[in-house]
Parts: sequence; structure tokens; C-alpha cells
Amino acid sequence: MSDVIFGRLRALLGTAGVERGSAGLPRATPESADALSLVCRLAHDEGWKIRVEGNGTWLPADAPADLAVSTRALDQVQSVSPADLVATVQAGTPLEALRRRLAEEGMWLAIDPPGRPERSLGSVVATGTSGPLRHGFGPVRDHVLGCTVATGDGRLVRAGGRVVKNVAGYDLTKLQVGGFGGFGILAEVHLRLRALPRADVTVIARGPRDTLSSAARELMAEQLLPGTLELLSPALAGESDWTLAARFAGTDAAVQADVRRLSTQGDLVWQPLPADRTAAFWSLVARGSLGGPVTLRLGVLGDGIDETLDLLAHDLDEGLVSAGAGAGMIRWTGDAPVERLRAVRRAAASREIPMTLERAPWPVRHALGHFGAYREGVGQLVARLRDTFDPGHSLSVALEGGE
Amino acid sequence: MVDALGRIVGPRWVRHRRAELATYTMDGLPTRESYPGVVVMPGSTAEVREVVRLMHLTGTPFVARGAGTGLSGGAVADPDAVLIALTRLNRILQVDPRRRRATLQPGVVNARLSEAVLPHGLHYVPDPSSQAACTVGGNVAENAGGPHCLKYGVTTNHVVELEVVLPDAAVIRLGSRQGEPWGPDLVGLFVGSEGMFGIATEIVVRLEPIPSSVRTMLADFSTVRGASEAVSAIIGAGIVPAALEMMDQACVEAVEASIYAAGYPTDAAAVLLVELDGGADAVEAEATTVETILRARGAREVRSASTPADRARLWQGRKKAFGAMGRIAPDLAVQDAVVPRSALPDIMDRIEEIRGRHHLAISNVFHAGDGNLHPNISFDRRDPELADRVQVACREIMAACVAAGGSITGEHGVGSDKIDYMPLIFDGDTLSAMRAVRLAFDPDERANPGKVVPLHACREWRATPAAR
Repeated sequence: MSDVIFGRLRALLGTAGVERGSAGLPRATPESADALSLVCRLAHDEGWKIRVEGNGTWLPADAPADLAVSTRALDQVQSVSPADLVATVQAGTPLEALRRRLAEEGMWLAIDPPGRPERSLGSVVATGTSGPLRHGFGPVRDHVLGCTVATGDGRLVRAGGRVVKNVAGYDLTKLQVGGFGGFGILAEVHLRLRALPRADVTVIARGPRDTLSSAARELMAEQLLPGTLELLSPALAGESDWTLAARFAGTDAAVQADVRRLSTQGDLVWQPLPADRTAAFWSLVARGSLGGPVTLRLGVLGDGIDETLDLLAHDLDEGLVSAGAGAGMIRWTGDAPVERLRAVRRAAASREIPMTLERAPWPVRHALGHFGAYREGVGQLVARLRDTFDPGHSLSVALEGGE
Repeated sequence: MVDALGRIVGPRWVRHRRAELATYTMDGLPTRESYPGVVVMPGSTAEVREVVRLMHLTGTPFVARGAGTGLSGGAVADPDAVLIALTRLNRILQVDPRRRRATLQPGVVNARLSEAVLPHGLHYVPDPSSQAACTVGGNVAENAGGPHCLKYGVTTNHVVELEVVLPDAAVIRLGSRQGEPWGPDLVGLFVGSEGMFGIATEIVVRLEPIPSSVRTMLADFSTVRGASEAVSAIIGAGIVPAALEMMDQACVEAVEASIYAAGYPTDAAAVLLVELDGGADAVEAEATTVETILRARGAREVRSASTPADRARLWQGRKKAFGAMGRIAPDLAVQDAVVPRSALPDIMDRIEEIRGRHHLAISNVFHAGDGNLHPNISFDRRDPELADRVQVACREIMAACVAAGGSITGEHGVGSDKIDYMPLIFDGDTLSAMRAVRLAFDPDERANPGKVVPLHACREWRATPAAR
């Protein structure tokens, strides 16, 4: 079977467009949105299951399938417009390569998702994994103006546009950001950029968790608006105690003024990170989320952080934790059996807290689903949307778990 | 139908005589007019649900309507449809200042929400020009914007959770108070769906702290190009103003000739309003940088204001620009399009060329920071030949904006006004995907039928398993 698929893909994409992946699984690496849609159409027509892959650094490439489709050859920054602060970027482009390219032209994509620097942009968008900068610059969805997506049956849908303000038609982009590939495979993404900040300063305070989280809440009440206000567990930051990290990115004047104000608020002792250590610090935090096989995110506002972290520590374990005091999200990485994870999701849902499984081996994803514990009626709606974008159920994505 | 609706909401909240319906024949767009069959005004979520259930059982199309200030003909219903007016659902249900959230019914007026949370030092950021009248429910349907969306985002960035009555009368809750999606981002999908996915009966919004310091600056330029370049230079310097608005000479003249005269220089080709907010030190320093940029790009004069009264005076002409245009002609076609910011000067030249060729009166107001322009054509719709020229000019302006890489609407929505322009920016597969998504929410296509997606331009979308 796999030889037949390999041959058909080779006929479609040429020798360079197909390779043998893990366990001999044919892996298509289309170089254009059109080629991607042709692969999807073929798989749909033949009833083959597709495993969606990026650069293979975030979700394990282990979903059962007849073929893998990787976006790694869709790695071009197609256009950048410094005057408009927008860019169109193919989904397989590694984040670090994109960051460098944008910095050369004085631009910045204000996201700092967990994972490795070579993680693909498409992976970040498809999983909606935002990082600590979400506090000041918004989640991934706020940076995506539009996208081109190949549906499970090989249609190309061009959602949104390339301008920063646009209400033409339904906002189909929102379904793709954080849709985990269940509604199609991203080919290209239109991004909203910012001018590269003239100043980028991180200050940190260390101490017991409760002290830091209540200090963070007080800072919120003080109307201080850093780009990041993130609580990091000792294991994640590689420290003996908890860390509260505030990052200010913007013009020199604004950053200096904010850092000055911060130092006069509350009792915490804030230490500025040396400029040459800042990037390494945040890179360590981002990679920290790969320190266990399972990563979860829970929607929690500042005053619920302590209680929710206690719940996680009790039902799972301390794990590697990053929590946005104002951004409304906790990310936990660790290891736990499916039943425990399911119980946590239920417990969270009973507190009106959504839990998303961001990353896990296939058996866990399959059993638990990226999403679950939906409120009444939502599951049916999601199922209809899924049927719309993947009518043959070709995409091997566990949006919801099986019992 | 009138009796059945009366049994749900009480007879006094059902309107069906022609004179009573006249109020509901248009929204803010003067070129679309239609009498709805019946108007019903439910007073609670339960009544909305019962009304929608009746629509479902009888197979009746319905159109939800807030204050009717929309500018795309989106809240206008055909005679076979029931218009559901949501203005009685006007209660703010809860304000949670600590978590910066407010829970409200869809008929709450935008400006009233900000007033209500002011004592907590908070406000609701999206501020469409119609904010004194428009409802938050309508804002959700249209994904409304406003001058202050440059820095803080549009409605979709401020709505975190929704209770929605689907067209089959099922009630679902989307999103979470925290702002984290619960599953796929269905709140993001619903916002801006122009009343075609269902009716939002409860809305949870994010509130933002009122900045401690605000500085408004007004600069006038002898060329539109100079003003546009100043806009790009400010943003390129890493400064994100709270607002960055431009008016052209025709607009300034209209304002200054009206009771809203704000002392804008009428001989300027363009007037730029820049508003900075944040901490006092940062605002002070950024204002210095902005002033340097403005002057370097050819600003003749830069006025600056920090007190609320002085700032209001600088803003007055901008906020009342549409009202001022009422003096010029009985009708105003308020257009709405977007171009990449850098294309603003070229598109202004194109609009001027189109204006001259069709002998029209066009004045321009822009949210220049995000390339969102409002070319406003003053006309008299009793003159059919003139009205035709207006339509032709609108289409040409849209085509020019699309050719520049832009969009046919930045904040007013598609409604019925722009439905024919949709194929200019979306291909058949994408339009079909939109229709298919609508079918997932509304399989019978009874919620606000005939808007947004031109069905003739859709390709066949394979019937979904659920629909088979």
C-alpha cells in the first residue's frame, strides 16, 4: 500500500516532493499551496489518511496515517512590507528564520510561543500556542490577518486578507488559528507586524509562588502595561524558587518610564536581566515547555491562578509551569496518564475553565482530544464545521477524544 | 404570525401596521429600503428564544436588529421576514472590575457601557462614530471598529464569551470569560458574521483601564501625500498611537462651515489627528518624537492638547464630520474601504480622478493608521441619474482599493450593499467555504438571508455528511 501511495505522490509532485518518513511512511513535501491542495485532493479521493507535519519539533509526528504531509518545503517568506507592517509567509517557515528576516528590515512579529526556534510558523498558528508576550500584544489570533488553507478534500480557501483592518465576509481565519489542523492544512499566513522595538528590557523577581502571583495582580490594578507579566515555576526557569518576569518592549522613553514605575510599586525586588542574557532567558523558557511529553493550557485569570496551580499540582504534579497573570492562561508541561488528564479537564470544566491539550503523544491525543468537556451544543457545531472542511475525515487530527 | 408573536412578547411589542414599520425600513445606508413583514421586540433572552423557535417551526426568515445605525443595509428585512429588534435587551448584567469584564445584553448602547464602568477607571475600547446610539450586539454582528482601534483592536479583540440563540432555537455558550477559546475559536468566527449565524443574547467583553495620560495633536498639511508619509513614519518609529485620523480638505471645509466648526484650517489639503496615551512620561517623550516627525514631513502647524476639554475640541470636527456633511446634500453615501497604509496617497489621487469624472461631491475621512478610508459622497437620492453615478463611482472606488491590495470593507460590513463586491476579493472556493460555514450554524439559511455571501458566485461545496 505504502509503495502505491509513494508512487502516486511521486507522479503528482516529482521525485523531490516525496520522501520516506519514519517507518517508511510516504511523506509529501509540497512547495506550493496548489501542490498541497493536489495532495489533499488525491488522499481524499483515495480515502487515505493524512498526518499533518510541520518541522516536527512541537507535536510528535506519530498520528496514524497512510501518508504524511509536511509543510517543511513551504518555507518562503513571500512578501514583507515594512511601510505597511504586514508579511505573507509560508506555513513551514521556521520562526527563527522569520524573526531574522523581519529584524533585517526593522520589523517584529510580537509572539514568543513555546518550543524550539526552528518550530514552523504554521505549527504555532494551527495550535494557537501563544507565549508570555500574549499579555501585552495579544494571542496568536491577533497577529494573523488571513491565511491560505488546503481543506481535507483539497480545496484552497483564502481567508481574510493582507490589510490590518478587514470585515469582508465571515472571519474564517479564526477557525484555522488554534484549529489544530482539523479544518485544513495551512499553506500561507498573512501576518500583522510591529516595528522592531527600540528598547526591550526584562526584569525579574524571585520568591514564593503566592507572593509573586499576588504581586502580579496588584501590578495589574496599577495599570502597568508590560508586554509580558509571566509567572514561571522553578523547574521551568531553572531556578530554586518561582520567578515573575516582566518584559517591556517599545520606544526607549516608554520602556524606561515603565521600568522606573515598576521599581517603585510594591515590595518585590526587581532585577534587570543584562541585555545579552535576555534572549537566552526567554529561549530557555520557550524550550522549557518541551521538558515533558504532555503540554496543557488552561484559561485562567489572575485571581484563579493559585487555585488552579494547586489543582494541577495535586492531580498531576508540579510540572513545568508558565502562567500569565493578566493574559488569562496557564501552560503546564509534564507527564501524566490519560485518566488523570481527563479528570483534570473535568475538574477544570466544572470551574468554567477550558483546558486544551497542546501537545502529547498520539495515544494521549487520541484518547483525550485537543479539546473536550464542551458546553452543551458546541460539540455538534464543531462536528458540522469539521465535516465542512474535511468531509472525508482525511486529516488524522484528534480534535476531540474517543472514549 | 402577529398573534403568535404577541403571545410570546405581549401584543404591545409587536408592530405590523405600515406606519409602524416605517422606522425599520432602512438602517444608516440611504440606498436600501424594505418594509419588514413584522417587527417583534422581545424583552428577555427567553422571549428571544421563543421567537426564534416560532421562526424555526414556521420556516420564517428573521433579521436581528440593534439601533439600526449600520451602514451596509445589514439590518434591513424583506417583507417575508420578521425583524427582531433587540433594543429592549438593554441591561448591563454584571461588571467585574477586578477581572476587567462586563456581561451585557445585546441592546446595550456602546457609549453607555463605557459610562457605566467609568467609576472603576475602565472603559470599553471599540468606539464607532455612532457609539452614542449603536448597540454592542450590533457591534458584535459587524465586528465594529472606531478611531481607537489602531492601538487596541476592533470588537473581535474585546469579546471573550457569547451566549447565542442558534436559528433552530438551541442556546449555546461560546468562549470563556478568561478569553481562552473553549475548543475552536467560535467566538472569533461568530463576531462579524452579520447576524447570519444566530442571535447573541449575552455578551462578555473585556474592559481596559483608562490611560492615565492622553495627548491629542492636530497637524495640517499642504498635501495629502505629506500627511500620509507622516502616518507611516510615526508607525515606523515604533510608536503606536491610540488613534491616527485624517480628514481631507473637502471634509474640513464641511466641518468648518457647520455648527461643529472646530477651528481646523480650511486651506489645508489634509488635517491629521494623532492621539497618544499611556503613562505620563512615555506620552510626553513620544509626543516630542511625533511632533518632530510631523514637522519633518511638512506639517504647517501642530496643535497639542492634554486636558479633556481641549482634546474634545480637537476631536470635535472629526467626530461630527458625518453630521456636518448633512448640510451639503440630503443624502450621504458613507463608504468604507481599506488599502495598505502606504497606498493611501495613490488611492486619494484615484478617488479624486473618479470624483471629477462623475462630477460628484466627495469628502474623505480616514482611520489613516490602519489604511481604512471613508470616502463620503453627498447626493440627493431623489435624483435617479445622480444616484446612479454615485453607485458607479462607489464601485470604481472599491475596485481601485482592491487593486491596491485592500479590502471592500474595514468596519461597516458587507450586508446587502457590498455583496456584489465580494467576488472582487474572494474566489469561488472561499465564498463557498463561507456559505458552508453559515450552513453549519443555519442549515435553512433563515437568519438574515441574502446578505454577505453572493450565492451565485459560490462553487458547489460537497454536501457534508451531516447534511446528507
